[in-house]
Amino acid sequence: MLISYNWLKEYVNVEISPSELADKITKSGIEVEMVESLNKGISGVVVGYVEECIQHPNADKLRVCKVDVGQGEVSQIVCGAPNVAQGQKVAVAVPGAVLPGNFKIKKAKLRGEESHGMICSLTELGVDTKLVPKEYATGIFVMPSDAEPGSDALEYLNLNDHVLELGLTPNRADCLNVIGVANEVAAILEQEVKLPNTSIKTSEEKAGEFISVQIESLEDNPYYGAMIIRDVKIGPSPLWMQNRLMASGIRPINNIVDITNYVLLEYGQPLHAFDYNRLGSKEIVIRRATEGEHIQTLDDQDRKLKETHLVITNGKDPIAVAGVMGGATSEVQSDTTNVLLEAAYFASGRVRAASKDLGLRSEASSRYEKGIDRNRVYAAAMRAASLMAELAGGKVAEGIVEAGKREVNTYSVKMDVSRMNNLLGTEITSEQTGSIFKRLGFSYKESDGQFEVNVPSRRPDITIEADLIEEVGRIYGYDRIPTTYLLSEARPGGLTKNQAQRRNIRTYLEGAGLYQAVTYALTTPLKSTHFSFSKEKVYPISVAHPMSEERSTLRMSLLPQLLEVLQYNRNRSMEDLAIYEMGSVFINRQEVLTDLPEEYVFVSGAVTGVFNEHLWQGERKTVDFYVLKGILEGLMGELNLSERITYEAGEIENMHPGRTAIVKLDGISVGFVGQLHPALQKELDVKDTYVFELNATSLLEKETDQMVYQTLPRYPSITRDIALVVDQELPAGDLTTVIQAAGGELLKEVNLFDLYEGEKMEEGKKSLAFSLKYFDPERTLTDEEVVTAHNRVLKSLEERFGAQLRK
Amino acid sequence: MKDRLEALKVEAIGQIKEAQDLKDLQAVKVAYLGKKGPITEVLKGMGKLSAEERPVIGAYANEVRDSIQQELDKKQSELENAAIAEKLSKETIDVSLPGRPVKKGNPHPLTAVVTEIEDLFLSMGFTIAEGPEVETDYYNFEALNLPKGHPARDMQDSFFITEDILLRTQTSPVQARTMEKHEGEGPVKIISPGKVYRRDNDDATHSHQFMQIEGLVVDQNVRLSDLKGVLETFAKKMFGEDRKIRLRPSFFPFTEPSVEMDISCFKCSGKGCSICKQTGWIEILGAGMVHPNVLEMAGFDSKKYTGFAFGMGPERIAMLKYGIDDIRHFYANDIRFLKQFKNA
Ligand SMILES: [Zn+2]
Repeated sequence: MLISYNWLKEYVNVEISPSELADKITKSGIEVEMVESLNKGISGVVVGYVEECIQHPNADKLRVCKVDVGQGEVSQIVCGAPNVAQGQKVAVAVPGAVLPGNFKIKKAKLRGEESHGMICSLTELGVDTKLVPKEYATGIFVMPSDAEPGSDALEYLNLNDHVLELGLTPNRADCLNVIGVANEVAAILEQEVKLPNTSIKTSEEKAGEFISVQIESLEDNPYYGAMIIRDVKIGPSPLWMQNRLMASGIRPINNIVDITNYVLLEYGQPLHAFDYNRLGSKEIVIRRATEGEHIQTLDDQDRKLKETHLVITNGKDPIAVAGVMGGATSEVQSDTTNVLLEAAYFASGRVRAASKDLGLRSEASSRYEKGIDRNRVYAAAMRAASLMAELAGGKVAEGIVEAGKREVNTYSVKMDVSRMNNLLGTEITSEQTGSIFKRLGFSYKESDGQFEVNVPSRRPDITIEADLIEEVGRIYGYDRIPTTYLLSEARPGGLTKNQAQRRNIRTYLEGAGLYQAVTYALTTPLKSTHFSFSKEKVYPISVAHPMSEERSTLRMSLLPQLLEVLQYNRNRSMEDLAIYEMGSVFINRQEVLTDLPEEYVFVSGAVTGVFNEHLWQGERKTVDFYVLKGILEGLMGELNLSERITYEAGEIENMHPGRTAIVKLDGISVGFVGQLHPALQKELDVKDTYVFELNATSLLEKETDQMVYQTLPRYPSITRDIALVVDQELPAGDLTTVIQAAGGELLKEVNLFDLYEGEKMEEGKKSLAFSLKYFDPERTLTDEEVVTAHNRVLKSLEERFGAQLRK
Repeated sequence: MKDRLEALKVEAIGQIKEAQDLKDLQAVKVAYLGKKGPITEVLKGMGKLSAEERPVIGAYANEVRDSIQQELDKKQSELENAAIAEKLSKETIDVSLPGRPVKKGNPHPLTAVVTEIEDLFLSMGFTIAEGPEVETDYYNFEALNLPKGHPARDMQDSFFITEDILLRTQTSPVQARTMEKHEGEGPVKIISPGKVYRRDNDDATHSHQFMQIEGLVVDQNVRLSDLKGVLETFAKKMFGEDRKIRLRPSFFPFTEPSVEMDISCFKCSGKGCSICKQTGWIEILGAGMVHPNVLEMAGFDSKKYTGFAFGMGPERIAMLKYGIDDIRHFYANDIRFLKQFKNA
């Protein structure tokens, strides 16, 4: 909402500067987002009188004018505007003047003719082109004939004004008009509000003779009032009105339309002026549109209506969409003489439905949607009618033809001063409270700190005690509320075990060299299904109205987005990357989503290109499967899950079929690790890329053993190394499992320390070397015991895999 | 004989001095002090001497022996030191060469900010509450005093999935769920960080996905002045001890009264600059006293219990703290961006 400072001052006494006022308004509840000076750096612009205006001898499009710029001085000014003419009062930038953009005016010669200054258009004076009245859109602005040559043109054009831009929260629709803001400012500055005079001398004629009004549903349209103003003369509205409209962001059109807009801004009441002679009947009927009914609106668009829209009709055809836009057929035009003025209260739901469906949001519709003051409709009608009489020479017929209830009863809300002080932490007295309500213009009864406050109809946002407490608090001043500390008992805060573990996972992965990424949860429908390792049928979840296909469907894996990050960086020539993300994925097993989907926290990583390098020592190692597996093994150790995790070769969509392992916890799949499928790598244009994905929710919900201290070994351990020859495709993990089982209690560690698959081996065979550590914490082992256990191991290996000791 | 011994001494010491290495020295030692060496030979011939001469020559021979031994020891340690020095000089490396890099990533700046805020509130006795990102209309809106058709629903255009299920537009549903679990018994003292979603076009200041941290305290006798205390502590810890805070009245459907908190600008300390848009104040968060309807809907007696709630945007805080000019940086994950937050 744009509020002109000068206009505001008409209703309330303001003795502080616009910026001081803005500060006070902001502090007590309505954020002033900006204070804009309408003078965008102008000086030296005066009123001039065009005494003579002749064609430039050397240029078709230029005119040479003799302009009286005051104090008897007549300057020659060359002007290019098509509408400049002798006898006009105009704004002249004299030599030495400055226009917006620090544009300095100097004496000049234009095609051989001296020019002492410049005749200005409104745009040249910094007015937004959209707001300049159409007749002056391509030329200079012509000022009223009573303007005094030589005087400050900015005063006439109100360009010394300031505009306050209010950021209104939805509860403060009462400040969507100048009088509403005046009420607020009056409360803040402890001043009275002076309302405009709305008295009218009406004619002998009675409005009821010209029109009848009928409402089909009072729920859709609780009140409709029509006034008749006859014999108006259409023309421009006075400059002061045009100035205020422009300052408020509305383009002046003609006196009748300007008056409806002016009163809209002043009272917050949307009004509409119909050309009475073009109504096509003598009745107004307000009803729902029929499905598919058409109307040609003011903007000359043909609009197709729905049953949820409310229309004003002439008893037959729609002549306006209620609260949204008038129809073209009954539009006020330059030959209009008789006006029907509509002042109504339409249900916000009806206006919202039509404005949304038709894509029409106007000053009027947005006010209806946010709620207007029901009890101010009539006053606004009177105000507009009186202005039409005054400024357009109209004769106002007596009375207002109405249907529905003109006013509704107001209500009261109770408030207890001690409860208020308990909630705010203050010690505000009943007297102070009463005086604040007075400033707000709220009447009340009080006894012993119990207030009963009559809520004015302009403040429907106040319905409960807390609302009144807020009113008192904000006018009292939040800066006067003390700072205290919670009285409640001290209870320990802290992370849950699960939260702490998630932090541990992040810290570990960062320690392992991975950078954390945060990506979007919405992806494409196709990508949402990639990398699924769920065996059951799942249904992607798409939002109903996505902003784009790219962000339409909830992810079921973090990897597609992490791969996008790799691509993004690759496109910027960063090809060696190690990143991870921890975030939610959304799994839906319902064909139709009726219950909330399952959400799991996943932790996933992607590493591509060089992972370890130390260049001058000649080391440059690209990532491989075992780098990522090592990271996961370390992570599982961190989570105390090492013993329960297994890695089994497996296949996942989009992963390399021979380089992927399914990660299992207690035999149940919780994720995978491996290389991207080479085809996908090619598609993404990335180097060899290894990824992992783990369901952290599943990992962390498993109970882990309480850590118990192990006595440090007091007896020596005995180590035996074995080198085995086995079939090439036999997984090393299988050997380890068998060694571990056969070795029994005494075998405490098995470590693979060599793998050989070279030419010295028989075809189809490989050699693996393990180091086995035997140890008993209670005593020194005898050679015999170790030999027994070790032979058991060798026998098992031979039996199970035909493993031979390497010679 | 004495002369002979004297000559041997001079000769031996001369050879010791000339020894180049420990091997030479060992040879000298064997040659002069060995069992077959000249001094032993001399001593063997002592039998020919008179009884008076014998002890004199014997003593003198021992003296010569000791002198040679002393010289040997001295030379030996000299040679050893030289050998060590030579070895060390051969081992000298160029300490100016770069060290082996240790692989280390770091948190995303948003995580860094969220963690810092979490830790701050954890230290004040808060716990962290979490909830689903896909929510029901009830918890996201209705339980927060936003019934269907409420004009404030317009303020947050939402990603609905079905008529009743949507991507949460705020983390407040976690508050509603937590209060409900308390079954009308205080105190509740939580913060709820998490991702939220709104139907916005992504640009420099808008993101369809962003983070929020909300806080909630419900207990008997919770006051607006207490909220001021908690927020002031937060502002000073987060933005510096000399920060001042200011509460401005505002509007949120789930709080009444509602406030917005500004902090004095940390860049210009209130004088006015581009960060604070010349006002000296920076808007940081929204807060207020929990609306009685919200308390009642969650099963709390609003006559007995009061509470406060606050909510802030980690993106905004990170942008202010680190001077980041475009919210999209957080979600593009440019590695050159991420790496800058090593010490965040
Ligand atoms: Zn500043």
